[in-house]
Amino acid sequence: MNSWIEKQRYIIDFTLSSLLRRKVKNIGLLVLYTLIVFILASMMFFTHSIKREAALILKGAPEVVVQKIVAGRHDLMPIEYLDTIKKIRGVATAAPRLWGYYYDNLVKANYTLLVPPTQTTTTNISRTTVVENEPNSQSVDLTKPLYEVNGTKLESGTIIIGNGVARLRQIAKGDYMPFLSFDGNVMNLKVVDTLSAQSELVSSDLLLITEEDFRKLFGIDKQFVTDMTVVVNNPSEMPTVAAKIKKRLPQARPIIRDEILRTYESIFNWRGGMMIVIFSAAVLAFVIFAWDKASGLSAGERREIGILKAVGWETSDVIQMKFWEGAIISLTAFFSGVILAYIHVFFMGSPVFEPALKGWSALYPNFSLTPFVNIEQLTTLFFLTVLPYTVATIVPIWRAATIDPDSAMRFTGD
Amino acid sequence: MRKSSLFFYSLITELMVLSLLLLYGAIDKNTQQESLQEKAMLVETLQLTDLCLFTEARYTRHLSQADLNTAFQDHPVSLEHFPSGSFTQPSFTGMGSHEQLD
Repeated sequence: MNSWIEKQRYIIDFTLSSLLRRKVKNIGLLVLYTLIVFILASMMFFTHSIKREAALILKGAPEVVVQKIVAGRHDLMPIEYLDTIKKIRGVATAAPRLWGYYYDNLVKANYTLLVPPTQTTTTNISRTTVVENEPNSQSVDLTKPLYEVNGTKLESGTIIIGNGVARLRQIAKGDYMPFLSFDGNVMNLKVVDTLSAQSELVSSDLLLITEEDFRKLFGIDKQFVTDMTVVVNNPSEMPTVAAKIKKRLPQARPIIRDEILRTYESIFNWRGGMMIVIFSAAVLAFVIFAWDKASGLSAGERREIGILKAVGWETSDVIQMKFWEGAIISLTAFFSGVILAYIHVFFMGSPVFEPALKGWSALYPNFSLTPFVNIEQLTTLFFLTVLPYTVATIVPIWRAATIDPDSAMRFTGD
Repeated sequence: MRKSSLFFYSLITELMVLSLLLLYGAIDKNTQQESLQEKAMLVETLQLTDLCLFTEARYTRHLSQADLNTAFQDHPVSLEHFPSGSFTQPSFTGMGSHEQLD
């Protein structure tokens, strides 16, 4: 056993010396290889973590959201729909929601304005079924008024802003924020608090506003709301209740929580391939480079094999040498790429992907992802990158290593 | 020092760094539970439906609430006007009653 290990070590010594003789070519290959692993691993870490995080956070999203659709567009909903929905069998409670968008011309950013739901929306809910692992079912303090965030009461003339808005506008608690209302008047609302920086992934662009100010700002009559949320008695009956709502109110579009979760499950999945498409060009370039390096033996390499065989190396020794050559490059590139990707995604906030994710938006949340990395991801990456290269180096060498040393040494590559 | 020893030392160092990062990740995951809990609570309290990832257009801000004809306004599977539309998939649920376009 010891002699076998010692033999392998001598082969590795020789292989490293051989690699260092062609320094520029091999370092170039190593850098390119590391870059490819880095990009693929970053993509994998980022998409997996954001999906897991979305699934955990959005478990508490409304069970059913009911919108009104007019001419294919989301429209304001008459408040009387609420009674119709409440009368449907299986519905525990329903509540109106008021929310909308405001485009801030000053910083060219879109904000989401939201009227926090009143306490009545979450009280008096009687379920017939108890679902295990129901998210935070105990975490909402029902005695606390929902118009209060971090102990700050939201009153008319005041707003609570998301951390992204505070950062973008460089405002804080106590400052005033001007809004241009629907009739051209300017409304100055006082910032009474900011939502925590930790919650930016869900609240970066949020502005919490009172119902009175919201209606005054957008000129929405008291008879209308943006949409409605529904809580059903038995969560497994959500699709049935949604179908009943659709039947009773043909203009309605019910969206169940599963659909919301599925939306975020599919994000980055399909055309998320977009990133893959962009980087596939780089991967293809690497494949061509690696294949050329691995299969197209240079005259020097052929001569080297010829000399090795002439001085007594066996075919198996030459193959082992080439195996180690592939393994040294691919293992070094794999570990370096994965380490760099981990630091890039979980410590630096994915600056490489940021321009693509940011798109044309002026307001982008500052968030750090929870590192959801598992062995399965690393194994997939290993088999996608290390194995093909190592195999690709051995096959052509086997052909070269079996030829006669004399003809290998005479071969000049012409 | 022999070159093979140097190679193995560097490989072991890289493995150790990766293991430490994964270990840190596992510990950090537990400490970040509080932050996750806070976000989940905010979602539940304010009845939020979407992540604040893309704020460039209303239908990219609230992907799950967007009209069925957006964000894929030209065709259900067409490339989107806004860059962030390229990361999302059209909602095929509820599209059953639409005409076959292909």
